[in-house]
Amino acid sequence: MGLQMPNQSLTNPAAEAADAVSTPAINADEVTRHYTMGGTVVRALDGVSLSVAAQEFVCLLGSSGSGKSTLLNVIAGLDRPTSGRITIFGQELAGLSSEALARHRREVMGIVFQSFNLVPSMSVEENVELPLRFAEVERAERNGRTRQALERVGLTHRLGHRPSELSGGEQQRVAIARALVNRPRLLLADEPTGNLDSRTGEGILDLLQTFNRELGMTIVMVTHERSLAERYADRMLFLADGKLSAG
Amino acid sequence: MKIADAVELAGRNLRESALRNTLTTTGIAVGVASLVAMVSLGAGLQQLANRRLTRSGLFNTIFVFRQQPRERGFGGRRETAGRSESPAEAQTPRRPLDEDGRLELQHVAGVAEVYPDIRFQGEIRAGSKAEITTMGSIPPSARDNDAFETLKGSFFSSPGAAEVLLRREFAESLSDHPESLIGQEVTLRYAEREAIKPGQSAEEYDAGTVGFGFSVVPRERALKVVGIMDQEPFGGLRGNSDALLPTGLAIALHAAQPAGLRELVGGGNGQHEQYASLVVRVANPSAVQQVEDQIKQKGFGAFSLLDATKSLRRFFVILDGFLGIFGSIALAVAALGIVNTLVMSVLERRREIGIMKAIGASDADVRRLFFAEAAAMGLAGGALGLALGWVIGFFLNTGTNIYLRNHQYPTEQIWSVPWWLIGFAIVFSVLVSLASGLYPAGRAARLDPVQALRYD
Ligand SMILES: Nc1ncnc2c1ncn2[C@@H]1O[C@H](COP(=O)(O)OP(=O)(O)O)[C@@H](O)[C@H]1O
Ligand SMILES: [Mg+2]
Repeated sequence: MGLQMPNQSLTNPAAEAADAVSTPAINADEVTRHYTMGGTVVRALDGVSLSVAAQEFVCLLGSSGSGKSTLLNVIAGLDRPTSGRITIFGQELAGLSSEALARHRREVMGIVFQSFNLVPSMSVEENVELPLRFAEVERAERNGRTRQALERVGLTHRLGHRPSELSGGEQQRVAIARALVNRPRLLLADEPTGNLDSRTGEGILDLLQTFNRELGMTIVMVTHERSLAERYADRMLFLADGKLSAG
Repeated sequence: MKIADAVELAGRNLRESALRNTLTTTGIAVGVASLVAMVSLGAGLQQLANRRLTRSGLFNTIFVFRQQPRERGFGGRRETAGRSESPAEAQTPRRPLDEDGRLELQHVAGVAEVYPDIRFQGEIRAGSKAEITTMGSIPPSARDNDAFETLKGSFFSSPGAAEVLLRREFAESLSDHPESLIGQEVTLRYAEREAIKPGQSAEEYDAGTVGFGFSVVPRERALKVVGIMDQEPFGGLRGNSDALLPTGLAIALHAAQPAGLRELVGGGNGQHEQYASLVVRVANPSAVQQVEDQIKQKGFGAFSLLDATKSLRRFFVILDGFLGIFGSIALAVAALGIVNTLVMSVLERRREIGIMKAIGASDADVRRLFFAEAAAMGLAGGALGLALGWVIGFFLNTGTNIYLRNHQYPTEQIWSVPWWLIGFAIVFSVLVSLASGLYPAGRAARLDPVQALRYD
């Protein structure tokens, strides 16, 4: 429909056509993330190397505490790895300042959480519009793009409502619309169906699948429901104790 | 994020916890109000003092007299009153204090008015009582002198009117009910100086003739008492007089003055009428010294009080400083209120800050958002405080004046909001608020989004 893939690339434009196929969306090389708590070191990520191709739909599986969220956060640039390299569409994150990381997040990525994470004091429309404010999109353009994103998730009738007035499924749709509004190339979702009943959850995953297929959006989704992953994902990755395993 | 967006988001965040933010803003308003009230009180007192000084007539006046013959001592020039005479002063010839001299002084730059200070002995008779006293004179411009604030009756109706103002003590010696004299006619007896016409010799003149250049003739004049004064203008600095005439009338009377006799004794012929002293009124008190120097260069003696407004200004800089500091204490307390409110807000909105960072807000965006909230509270508090301070000052002024009126004092404007204070109060309030936002905004900007989003 109206949504297009973003044209901007962090690499030079001439190489872009080739990038779309050859450059992986995500490349992680020996990534570790250690937390030090009272003298003991928790290895939340312990030497993770992986590659996700552009336009792939990957599911990340693992038990609770295995490091799934930590991996997603370092990919998103919300957290910095203790060691190792992460490259997103050819851009290495370690070299970016926190300001540049923020710009990278709002231009390349969209994030969806298990607990929706909408701003409770803002209406549906304002929540979806928020990333556009940070991206300094002109007001005139913001309205159109907000409506478009909400249309995509089928929520145009609840623009003025506050998140608390919506069902869980509807809230997650708003969160997805918010993640979409900046037209990201990469969507990261951390257990997006975790707080939803299975039928509603399937609706959300159908939506993600549409974005993946119609818009060519790369998706990395964390879940612990293997059946769902098998139905929607191109590929499954298994994480246990901070390490990737064969499943 | 654009400033406009930050302001818009800050506005909605402030409305979200309206009660707390209103209380904080009110705190700022009270701080600004106390600052505004204090500073405008200082400004008002300063204006009051300036007004009083001007109206005392002491600080914009130069007394001019004939230069006395210089005494020559062993070492030459005499030092007068601690300052040495300038060479120009020593060399210029003495000038007579006549009408030509008066007109010349009138044209010195910065001079508003030059009038003779005429005083002479006279007898005033009211009914059966008569008293001999010193008559003085005063020009119409002296009407604003603070001595006439408590004047009973009225000031002279015209510069040459046959009217007289009496000092209360003197009026009491003429009547048991001094104020009943107002509107009554009294008789002035005085000695008129009459020049001997050329060709007339002293021997050919009447019995009362003195053998010099003029004769003295007793005269009577009817005067209407228009007012009774409790105080004398110029604080009695020019010598006391019990009764004041309009200067125009005093000139026209040609009364023989003590100075005229001195002149005769000093060897003059008295043919040429001179003034005993002139009073120079300067338009601006700060020009007194400069005008006085010019008068001296012309060969006149001159005397003035020091420019008191200079030390007064210094005093008020200090007073304003103190009042400002007192006013600022309340604002400092209010600033702590802002710090507290914003820190609370950062703690409460941890998750929201985490969300914003996750969806692309930079540290600078978050900082800007909190600064915008601080600035908005500062702006609202400043405007509100200005209004409140104005109201406080108004009531302070009104209350003081009611008190003054109840105690039979004339009312005074003790409070004045200088125009610059309006802008200053608001800018200062915003700056203080921004400074208060420094720590909370920094804290919000540094917040780790992963930690903030970790817990539900
Ligand atoms: N901030 C932290 N401080 C200490 N330990 C942490 C922190 N964040 C995560 N961990 C630990 O890292 C491990 C991985 O956590 P997480 O990535 O949230 O797991 P998952 O999302 O797979 O449930 C867990 O053992 C967790 O306790
Ligand atoms: Mg998790």
